[in-house]
Amino acid sequence: MKSADTVTKKRRRITRYTLLKWAGYACAGLAIAALAGILLFVLIRGLPHLSFHFLFGKYSSANPSVSTALVGTLMLVFLALIIGGPIGIMAAVFLTEYAKKGKFVNIIRLAVETLAAIPSIVYGLFGMLVFGVLFGWGHSFMGAGLTLSIMILPVIIRSTEESLLAVPQSYREGAMALGAGRVRTIFRVVLPNAAGGIVSGLILAVGRIISESAALILTLGLVVRNMPTGFMSPGTSLALNVYFFGLVSPEAAAATSVVLVILVVGLNLLAMGLGRLLSKNKGSKKKRPARTIPMLKSGVEK
Amino acid sequence: MSEQPLINVANVNLFYSDFQALKDINLSIAENEITAFIGPSGCGKTTLLKCFNRMTDLVEGCKVNGTITIDGQDVFDKSVDVNLLRKDVGMVFQKPNPFPMSIYDNIAFGPRTHGIRKRKDLDPIVTQSLQRAGIWNEVKNNLFKSALSVSGGQQQRICIARALAVEPKILLMDEPTSALDPISTGVIEELCQELKEQFTIVIVTHNMQQAARISDKTAFFLLGEMLEFGETQKVFSKPENEKCERYITGKFG
Amino acid sequence: MIRPFYRFIRAREKLMKVLFLLSSVFAVLALLVIFLFLMMRGIPSIANIGFFRFVFGTRWSVSDPNNQSFGILPMIVGSIYVTALATLIGVTIGLFTAVFLYKFCPKKIAKGVRQLINLLAGIPSVVYGLFGVMVIVPFLRNNVSSNGMGHGVLAASIILAIMILPTIVSITLDALHAAPEHYYEGALALGASKERAVFGVMLPSAKSGVFAAVVLAVGRAIGETMAVIMVIGGSPEMPNGSLFQSIRTLTANIALGAMEATGSILDAMIATGVILFVFTLFINVGFNLIKNKKKKPNKKKKPDKEEEATDEVG
Repeated sequence: MKSADTVTKKRRRITRYTLLKWAGYACAGLAIAALAGILLFVLIRGLPHLSFHFLFGKYSSANPSVSTALVGTLMLVFLALIIGGPIGIMAAVFLTEYAKKGKFVNIIRLAVETLAAIPSIVYGLFGMLVFGVLFGWGHSFMGAGLTLSIMILPVIIRSTEESLLAVPQSYREGAMALGAGRVRTIFRVVLPNAAGGIVSGLILAVGRIISESAALILTLGLVVRNMPTGFMSPGTSLALNVYFFGLVSPEAAAATSVVLVILVVGLNLLAMGLGRLLSKNKGSKKKRPARTIPMLKSGVEK
Repeated sequence: MSEQPLINVANVNLFYSDFQALKDINLSIAENEITAFIGPSGCGKTTLLKCFNRMTDLVEGCKVNGTITIDGQDVFDKSVDVNLLRKDVGMVFQKPNPFPMSIYDNIAFGPRTHGIRKRKDLDPIVTQSLQRAGIWNEVKNNLFKSALSVSGGQQQRICIARALAVEPKILLMDEPTSALDPISTGVIEELCQELKEQFTIVIVTHNMQQAARISDKTAFFLLGEMLEFGETQKVFSKPENEKCERYITGKFG
Repeated sequence: MIRPFYRFIRAREKLMKVLFLLSSVFAVLALLVIFLFLMMRGIPSIANIGFFRFVFGTRWSVSDPNNQSFGILPMIVGSIYVTALATLIGVTIGLFTAVFLYKFCPKKIAKGVRQLINLLAGIPSVVYGLFGVMVIVPFLRNNVSSNGMGHGVLAASIILAIMILPTIVSITLDALHAAPEHYYEGALALGASKERAVFGVMLPSAKSGVFAAVVLAVGRAIGETMAVIMVIGGSPEMPNGSLFQSIRTLTANIALGAMEATGSILDAMIATGVILFVFTLFINVGFNLIKNKKKKPNKKKKPDKEEEATDEVG
């Protein structure tokens, strides 16, 4: 019975898989078109509206400048990185260099993974409740920055951990066999060798900060007109501006998106390039003028 | 040679979690001698070596009982500062592992670790260490080049110089030539003979001839036990233990 | 001279160890604090409204202070509805795209597309939302919609589907590349066509990767806020099945309300946040359980150390 209709069956199967293949072509085309379409759309609609005035001019209803948002975004990046960066890196150092396998480490890892999975709007709620209401800061850069610094922790911890694990164990052994303690080993040998990966991770975190909007809408307010007056003032960011103008002035939103996209893509390329660069010329990083030891060149026994 | 042995190992048992890697080891090593540890892979010789400077601390789940004394001081005693111990007991690894920094910084790493920071103090140490390791002439013009830019054999001698720079009493060598070509191996063997005047050397090797060529005493390990220990000449000419004899004559291993 | 130096070193070792430890504990604490704060405000609020009236209530109306009603069932259904639709579209297209990039296109193109996709994974969600507002919504309104609405379920699902594409494509592609190549060669050697080898052999053997991709995509879609509120309409209505109905998701409910809200309305927003949080926790915990189950046989945390240990032992 089987052999009787093998031929027809085979032919039918082949057509089915061929159909799947054509579906593959179609879907790939659709996906690439959609994704490339977004980039093209942003550029086509936004680029004509980009001007020096738009970027750095004073905000007015006639000129919905992004200058306030640019300053705001920079402030957020600064705040989030200066808090989240060191904590994230040090946490990763603990996980890779100190922690022994066990329950404690598992709990930390689980916490980090859960932090990564929390929707950003929930972070926003949390920031609003704690910094806005409980601390009484209202909408503020400080509150928003602190919220973001927690959000980027998982990104920084993961990327740092990865680059620390990539440092050969023999370097650590070499340093410790000379009597160096953990701390010296970490700061003089391990961290310098993982610097490329750590910096790439930080850059990716910056990308995350720049892209964030949902958490900010509840913590930073949406004050697009005024230059921030300090870390306790409310304000806006580039991403928030896109949301805001998306509803009232799509052209301004598109122009702002161009700035955002260029920043994010640029940061990504930077992270990639940096990773490559640093892994290439490892070891010859330190540039010191060539120098010998003149006074001893000939001396000292033998 | 002093009457008291420099290193004394008494009743040492070592466990990696449940696995017993060393079984009741007793031996003593005198000053200014080269002692070779031989035996098949996994016999525990490297483990014992790493006990001398407590590199075993780095392995999770590693437990030791028994005593190892160096200069009369118990290595595993709580009061021992492991960093100071490792200053006294230098180590050279199987694969050359210079840090990815300049040759100068590699050598200066140890002294800097122990508080010597000034250039004028470091310069003579670097020079002398490189000279002792017999590599000064090859690198003296490239001291500020990356240590990774030189050949494997040179890298290993830089590692030896790096270990010497902290003025250790003992130098542990864990198969220092297994990753090197025969010529580099020869250079390092000669070097060991010279270093013996100033240091006590313990070397782990897979290479029978090497052990026979350079060592004064030889210990043979099998499955965590030390089956034979004595003058190298005697161990190689008429070993008491039958397994040791078969190993040395190449019947297994 | 030496003694104080080593005392200093020893103190530094201890101090730094504590600092490193505290930093990693900070992550746990942060999570706990987030959890506690949401619960502290959210649980009483849910209790106030009544759990069943809150979760299964179908009417959400807060504008008239005398006649408020906090039922979030429409938002729960809305979140599930939009996420399911987006995942369906995104996973279908993403899978086929990954397969296409895997074997049916020149390596150079695949590499280029892959990089494009990686870059797009980092594009801010508001930009996707803007694309939705300016392109997808008008297109749907003018060409597809039956009721003259462009905003709504379909627009949101399409935008979300595009947003999760990069995740699905890259994870599936990784899984395909990680599947043993000799399966493919074996299938070809048995006379299977290339298509059959890929769809019949390789894709099934990469199914755990595909599963991971789907879970991550679901997590991302259910948590997405800004892109969704820009295109979904935002009426707190129970979804009736129409693709062009203006509805609300849980995230949209929080974002649309919490900006202005105070008092009991804010509490209801926070309670919505609690429900969303619980949703994502379930997805995340489930995912981790499955991942860990798969990982156990050959877990490798610190390859170097382990290698060294076994080197001596074995």
